[in-house]
Amino acid sequence: MKHWFQSGTPWIWLNAGAIAASLVMVFGLITMIAVNGLSFFWPSEVIEFEYQPAADSEPRGVMGEIARSETMTAQAAREAGFQVPEGQEIVVRHLIKRGNRDLDSRDFRWYLEDAMSERRTPRDAVVLERLQWGDFFGFIREYREDGETVAEGEAARTAFEQRIRETRDLVQQLERIERVEIGQVNHQMERVRLDRRGLERDTSLPEEQRAQRHQELDEEQAALDAEYAELESERNALREEVARYAIVLETADGQRTTLALSQIVNAWWPNDMSTAAKLRHYVGSFRDFMTGYPREANTEGGILPAIFGTVLMVILMSIVVTPFGVLAAIYLREYAKQGPLVRIIRISVNNLAGVPSIVFGVFGLGFFVYLVGGNIDQLFFQDALPSPTFGSPAIIWASLTLALLTLPVVIVSTEEGLTRIGSSVRHGSLSLGATKAETLWRLIVPLSAPAMMTGLILAVARAAGEVAPLMLVGVVKLAPNLPVDGTFPYLHLDRAFMHLGYHIYDVGFKSPNVEAGRPLVYATALILVLLIVVLNLTAISIRNHLREKYRAESD
Amino acid sequence: MPGTIANTTLDRFQRWRRAKDTSARYLIGFFGLAVIGALTLMFVYLLSETLPMFQGASLEERAAYDAPGGADTGTIHLAVNRHREMAVRLTEDRRAVFFRPYSGEVVREQPLPIPDDVRVTSFSMAEPRTRLVAAGLDNGQVLAIEYEYNERFTPQGREYDPGLVYPLGDEDSALLDVDSEGRAIDVVGIQRGSSGVRVAAATEDGDLRLVNFEERTSMMTGETEVTRSAHDLPSLPGDATPTRILVDITGRNLMVGDDRGRLHFYDISTPRNARLVDSQRVVRGDDAEVTSLEYILGTVSIVVGGSDGSVAQYMLVRDEDNVNRITRVRDFPQHADAVTNTQPEYIRKGFATTDASGALAVHYPTSQRTLLQQTFSDRPLYRAYIDPRNRMLIAIDDAESWFVNDLSNPHPEVSFHVLWQKVWYEGRSGGDYVWQSSSATDEFEPKFSLVPLTLGTVKAAFYAMLFATPLAIMGAIYSAYFMSSRMRGLTKPCIELMEALPTVILGFLAGLWLAPFIEANLPAVASILILLPLAMLVMAFVWTRVLPEGVRRAIPAGWEAAILIPVILLVGWFAVFISPHLEIWMFNGDARQWLTDAGYTYDQRNALVIGIAMGFAVIPTIYSISEDAVFNVPRHLTQGSLALGATPWQTVVRVVLLTASPGIFSAVMIGFGRAVGETMIVLMATGNSPVVNFNIFEGMRTLSANIAVEMPETAVGGTHYRILFLAALVLFALTFTVNTIAEIVRQRLRNKYSTL
Repeated sequence: MKHWFQSGTPWIWLNAGAIAASLVMVFGLITMIAVNGLSFFWPSEVIEFEYQPAADSEPRGVMGEIARSETMTAQAAREAGFQVPEGQEIVVRHLIKRGNRDLDSRDFRWYLEDAMSERRTPRDAVVLERLQWGDFFGFIREYREDGETVAEGEAARTAFEQRIRETRDLVQQLERIERVEIGQVNHQMERVRLDRRGLERDTSLPEEQRAQRHQELDEEQAALDAEYAELESERNALREEVARYAIVLETADGQRTTLALSQIVNAWWPNDMSTAAKLRHYVGSFRDFMTGYPREANTEGGILPAIFGTVLMVILMSIVVTPFGVLAAIYLREYAKQGPLVRIIRISVNNLAGVPSIVFGVFGLGFFVYLVGGNIDQLFFQDALPSPTFGSPAIIWASLTLALLTLPVVIVSTEEGLTRIGSSVRHGSLSLGATKAETLWRLIVPLSAPAMMTGLILAVARAAGEVAPLMLVGVVKLAPNLPVDGTFPYLHLDRAFMHLGYHIYDVGFKSPNVEAGRPLVYATALILVLLIVVLNLTAISIRNHLREKYRAESD
Repeated sequence: MPGTIANTTLDRFQRWRRAKDTSARYLIGFFGLAVIGALTLMFVYLLSETLPMFQGASLEERAAYDAPGGADTGTIHLAVNRHREMAVRLTEDRRAVFFRPYSGEVVREQPLPIPDDVRVTSFSMAEPRTRLVAAGLDNGQVLAIEYEYNERFTPQGREYDPGLVYPLGDEDSALLDVDSEGRAIDVVGIQRGSSGVRVAAATEDGDLRLVNFEERTSMMTGETEVTRSAHDLPSLPGDATPTRILVDITGRNLMVGDDRGRLHFYDISTPRNARLVDSQRVVRGDDAEVTSLEYILGTVSIVVGGSDGSVAQYMLVRDEDNVNRITRVRDFPQHADAVTNTQPEYIRKGFATTDASGALAVHYPTSQRTLLQQTFSDRPLYRAYIDPRNRMLIAIDDAESWFVNDLSNPHPEVSFHVLWQKVWYEGRSGGDYVWQSSSATDEFEPKFSLVPLTLGTVKAAFYAMLFATPLAIMGAIYSAYFMSSRMRGLTKPCIELMEALPTVILGFLAGLWLAPFIEANLPAVASILILLPLAMLVMAFVWTRVLPEGVRRAIPAGWEAAILIPVILLVGWFAVFISPHLEIWMFNGDARQWLTDAGYTYDQRNALVIGIAMGFAVIPTIYSISEDAVFNVPRHLTQGSLALGATPWQTVVRVVLLTASPGIFSAVMIGFGRAVGETMIVLMATGNSPVVNFNIFEGMRTLSANIAVEMPETAVGGTHYRILFLAALVLFALTFTVNTIAEIVRQRLRNKYSTL
């Protein structure tokens, strides 16, 4: 034994254990996010049971999905407010998602296993995803049209299923009118208002022209007003139509409530679904998640604006950072003479990589937003002042800040690519009479393009996951409009935007109902992790491929 | 000739090529240098936002004129409105003069509602923001009055219709009967609190009276009803004569100054049983007298000016017996001559003092700064007034010559002392490090100590490094030196992936999953720490000594890490499984309660969680750099060591580690830099409470998280805004130092390797 310790083998194994532990953590984390994120869309079984917290209390019907379970000591359970009989040491408790936030105070609640009756899985239990108040768990009892009961029991479900699809279409139409068309009219009205202000400020205009411009603006305004009125009446007609249909629901503890069909986003009977139906539901709700708009303080609905914002910001950032980083790397490798200057540049690059991201955020806020943006407003958007145009956090400033942040990533990998190109290539080109610029443009850049690509991909991955600086320079909890839309100039660089990473922070930590938002956070995190893992693996494989290639060539 | 044409075309082409070459050189050179430019710009910009905080105050003379409304009568009160366009002067000959402060042009005069045969014998003001003033008269009455500017916004600008208002009803009720015997009111004090107006007065015989006017607004009718109640207060001890009376806004404390340099504290929370609690001499010199006594904003601290020119701050501080005592908190630079007056600021706790030599000083208590000292007149200065926004200062000498100045005093609250040393704030019993940047009340003074934040940052980084450094360095040694190259090819991308994981995801998991998990399974965490290394050693022994050769051959050397993965999973599962049983067996069924009983505060989001989560984030950084350093140790060194008979482990410890130690050092430095600046994990997984301790079970608030939380809510250009920039600058400087050192060490190491 002593000899074994002297040989050093145990210490080597301990070192191996360190790397093994790191690997376990990485994979554990990714697996955890994947499992939690993917199970979000699966229609899990709805259970029903009677709950009797103490021997002398009235049993109460509870229905919902099991969110998670844990084992704890009886002592801790007692301190958490449960009644645990004396003598019992270990208890199991389940967190049940009960939904029905409008009827019961809390939609998530812990239940002790021992106080639960036998669980049932009623086939007619329905789960309704609603526009407000979260999910509903219960049974459909009646189907109503214009306030009169048309069908009851089983028939109510059939009638409801027939009607709901049509209602959804109408509701979507309604949403389109409200979100897009009325939005456009409002945007134009705002433009007319600003034009009018500009006209009042402009004193150089002769009186006649001024009157004419005024009249033009008045006409424009009148046309817009008419358009608005038309849209409004269309919207009202639709609203009346969808308001006609409703269902009467009953919860597990016997409460009854009426719900308009227009409030229902999706309905399913999880205990009455085949695996194929569940898969269909899974794909459908995943699609809704990816392409929908958020609801209920972001804790429900989709993440389309966040995905869109992230991608657009990353694209804008790439446009800035690629030339900057590549040219700086070329300077370091091809032009600069080794000496103090290069050392200073290298130290700067390393420092840019090492300075905390929040410091970039502070710099971006002060320099880009208030200084640069404020001056742009003074020069070009005086009509809109005091409300800022570019002088407030916006996607352009977020992109510029992140471009600065990711600059070292691009420089380092481009440099690595340039280093691997043998000097024989350069010498050959120069000896044939090419200038240095020509050698660069025709040979070096094409040869090192994959390395630049790697750098760019890594920069994108870094930017997509960065949140702290964005909180200061442009990300918002809920952006009313996407930064790209159908109104001129189509790409609105002055708008704030939503971001996947910030979405996670916001829903996970700032929403009033953390438990309800948790599955959505996992799902969002999964999308973000997937994006980043894919980007990184691509970059790594390109780089490895390159290394192999150059190794082969240099042999 | 065709040759020449060809030549010129060629020449032009060559020139064109050369031009392209040169411009490419300049363009590329520009971008190369722009990297330095970007970093410098960041530094310079951050610095430029912080520097204004440390500048003092300055005055710019705008006008000098004789008192508006006549210099032959004394000024008893002066106030300027917040736009500095209208001002009011109350005079000893019972007039209110409204005038334009920059020109001295009188806009309106209004007599004070005092009968002709009555003299003003004393004067006092409530907090300046209340605009409430009181004059004691020689017939036993007190006049309580407010002024207003009545500004209106018209297209031509602001217009004013100034006048007097009567806080306690109409003009007739402005005169309050304080002394029923009609003795002259020698000293008067007035204050408006949340429940109404309080007037305290001393008659010419030295009797103290307190009159409360309680305002009650009826819920039903909306009418305000004023109830008056008068009380006698115990007289001053000895034969002292009151010279100054101060009433605070809570209506609980009354301070009386006397002619012997003493300050007396009366508890008037129940006026009927008002009692004298404490008396204290508040001026140090033996024959010095108190010449000025004034509350500053919030009516907690009293500024005492003495005839010897001393200026000191006093407040009520609870002693060991829980009794409020008059306590000297800090001193300010001494004036050359007797202090004549103290004027508080409207919205901050700063104040201005004037003296008999004609000099003026502007002070700020908590930052211990005297921002301005200037002499105005060769005559004694009588008073100095500051406008509500601290933009104008009017100094008046005893000949009623007025000096109107623009004042610039934007950031008096900040000093090195405030940021880094213990500061004695109001309402506390001693100096402390406090970060509290905002509150709901107007009197609140922001507390800007960077110490809790910096300590929090160091604490978070320390626990993260404690977790990450051993794992990362050991992992790096193993994978650079012992691991088979195939497994290395698989491991490196995984670690790179670990580095790429967004910290927001780590933070979210740490806050929402890990923190509750650890709270519920504390024994599991402890047992993993002990069991895991043991299990690894046991596995190593079993594998190398117990298992037959055949099994061992199945997996080649260099795959030990892969063998250990199932062991780790098993131990982890086992630890969680036995956790509740351990809890019952060792911690009476509740480990958290057990810790609390043992005297440790336990927060759910604590340094342990941060250590693990942020450790996770810095492991890849440390790992990659130290692996690089270990891997690049020249082969001939290790081969030489092995050839001389050292075991692989001896070679690692004595040769490889020694050679690579600068690289490992710089890896740890860079990892530390990353931990210091990490924001999202700390933001999400600590309670963000600015505590000053190193308890692993408590949270912290770091510089970075603090910026993220508070930056979006600050007013641009304000003190808080600039302090957050300073916090960013501190982070920048810290990481800059760490990274630069690390980079220089690495560059040297690279040179060393190349020469070895």
